[in-house]
Amino acid sequence: MPAFTPPPLPSDDKRWKIVNGTMRKNGFARHALIETLHTVQSAFGYLDDDAIRFVARSLRVPLSQAYGVVTFYHYFCLKPPGRHTMTICAGTACYIKGADKLAAAAEKRLGIAQGQTTKDGGISLMKARCVGACSRAPVVLCDGEVAGEVTAEQMLEQLERWAVE
Amino acid sequence: MTIEELEQIAKTVSQENEKYDFEVNVCMDLACVSQGADRLREALTKAAEASGKNVLVRRTGCMGPCSSGPLVRVDPEETLYSKVNAGHAEAIVSSLGGQPVPELQCDLNEHFDKQVRVVLENAGYIDPEKIDDYIVRDGYKALLTVLTEMTPNGVLHRISESGLRGRGGGGYPTGLKWGTVAKAAGDLKYVVCNGDEGDPGAFMDRSVMEGDPHRVIEGMAIAAYAVGASKGFIYVRAEYPVAVARLTTALREARRRGLLGNGICNTPFNFDVEIRLGAGAFVCGEETALIASIEGRRGTPRPRPPYPAVSGLFGKPTLINNVETFANVAPIIRNGGKWFANMGSERSKGTKVFALTGKIANTGLVEVPMGIKLREIIEEIGGGVPAGHTFKAVQTGGPSGGCIPAEMLDVGVSYDALVRLGSIMGSGGMIVMDDTSCMVNVARFFVEFCMTESCGKCIPCRAGTAQMYTLLTRICTGVGTMDDLELLVGLCETIKEASLCGLGMTAPNPVLSTLKYFRDEYIEHIEHKRCPAGVCNMEAPVEVVA
Repeated sequence: MPAFTPPPLPSDDKRWKIVNGTMRKNGFARHALIETLHTVQSAFGYLDDDAIRFVARSLRVPLSQAYGVVTFYHYFCLKPPGRHTMTICAGTACYIKGADKLAAAAEKRLGIAQGQTTKDGGISLMKARCVGACSRAPVVLCDGEVAGEVTAEQMLEQLERWAVE
Repeated sequence: MTIEELEQIAKTVSQENEKYDFEVNVCMDLACVSQGADRLREALTKAAEASGKNVLVRRTGCMGPCSSGPLVRVDPEETLYSKVNAGHAEAIVSSLGGQPVPELQCDLNEHFDKQVRVVLENAGYIDPEKIDDYIVRDGYKALLTVLTEMTPNGVLHRISESGLRGRGGGGYPTGLKWGTVAKAAGDLKYVVCNGDEGDPGAFMDRSVMEGDPHRVIEGMAIAAYAVGASKGFIYVRAEYPVAVARLTTALREARRRGLLGNGICNTPFNFDVEIRLGAGAFVCGEETALIASIEGRRGTPRPRPPYPAVSGLFGKPTLINNVETFANVAPIIRNGGKWFANMGSERSKGTKVFALTGKIANTGLVEVPMGIKLREIIEEIGGGVPAGHTFKAVQTGGPSGGCIPAEMLDVGVSYDALVRLGSIMGSGGMIVMDDTSCMVNVARFFVEFCMTESCGKCIPCRAGTAQMYTLLTRICTGVGTMDDLELLVGLCETIKEASLCGLGMTAPNPVLSTLKYFRDEYIEHIEHKRCPAGVCNMEAPVEVVA
């Protein structure tokens, strides 16, 4: 049986080399699928069809299985994120402290549901399962930065600042 | 690395530290950083340099009372300052050697007095990115003692003698689990650390991994020696980037010092650890699902037996323990099994770390001896419910646990007692609710969580949680009937009995426990279309989720 040659990189975008690096480090073993998808998402921000196909082929994982993994885990994102991301924590402590009201206020302001991005690609409104900052609930992440004991007004102000950029 | 070398490092570093007249420790845990602890640390470093005093400014892990953050502790006086910001840096530095800054001083004696720190003994005292800080506080001494002076059987015996039980929630005796893996046939075995703290509202494992990562690694290495494993994995949630970074640094440092790798401490023992990222699936806390995830597959559980101890990761015997369980190992080896068994209650030994959150004055991390009354944790350590509201329930065990009402607060915390109350110990989330929380809505919140987190493999869980959610939504929107309630109870029993894994088997707990203690709230919703806490919108149209 001839030795396996991994497929060529999808483009000359340097980020693919990082992705390939993760796979090489793991000897192109199938169990590196999730690790590799993490690398793709941190390099590109999301996973598109080309990326999933490339990773599946490189690791010799059936495409159906790769897609199954991508859609099984909440952390993986199939759509490009907006320029800014407002993530509202939906953990128990945040729920008790009224995170649902924050979510409703943000949805109303942006006119989108949680998990969506505004039409102009400006702001994504996301939901986190729990970021572990429960002692400062309710918590939101503004572009990944944790802000605790947030009021709806503070959050809406941040959204305004992003909207006028 | 030999024990002599380790002691030499400890000696050199403590001599190094003694050169400083003062140590200013800044808590850099997530809660404090979100309030500007990083700017505070910079300001303190600058002020210390400018003052010409001999001051060491140190970044540490979680000190505990997050609601008082950002926290700073000045040693050797052990003065604790709360709600410090960068503007206070100069005042703190100039007070060194004189009187403490009165307006920042806080009195948390009652908060700390009842706590016993084993797992968190280093939290707030070491820089998590410096292995030497850990070594000074007896770090890796247990590992090297084990390798040079103890047989694997001796280690097993000591862990069994301690009575340590799994801290992930199940409470399986750790010694028994290790013994099974040790007995399993095979040259290649794995040790896996479960750091997939999926319980929303709990952050003990995050704080341990971020604040004292070497303790987890040392525990894993000792376990590997005891069971005959040579390879370890730490499975961490991707939502904890800081924990991943700190563990990565810790592993690199441990390798550099020869505390991981081949021939550790000039013995034939080889062990190394790799980090694997979770990707946001609660079910991956279940051990067979976790194994599937490390193997790069969807995190779906499989029926047991065979147990992972016999056939686990890549089909090999695998030991899986939670972060806090591993964090208890080194102190047990150092101080003896009896020392550990002397703490706690009859069948639950040692201490337990809880993440105390919700409607309570002192939120944060607490570590208490098992057997302590819930009331002591909530009223004395936690400072009770803030004025103007009354305590209603405390939720333990997350989506798999239950709500415990005020009249049960005098029960001592142990695995068995909490199960008798209809809840579970769980990983250690403890969420306090006051009269503004609607217990039906709380039950619905948890059921919604389990519904979205169900992996879909078995029908009782996949379809059952969705049906529970529909019924609870009916009740919460004022269209529920008494028949719905009866159906709900029947459904709970079925899901409990027939589900494949722990997620499904425990998913009805929040419903059953609230029904047991707060049945009148359900009745009020159904008969009078009224939500006593004013949370549920009874006029809303029913949203039925398919």
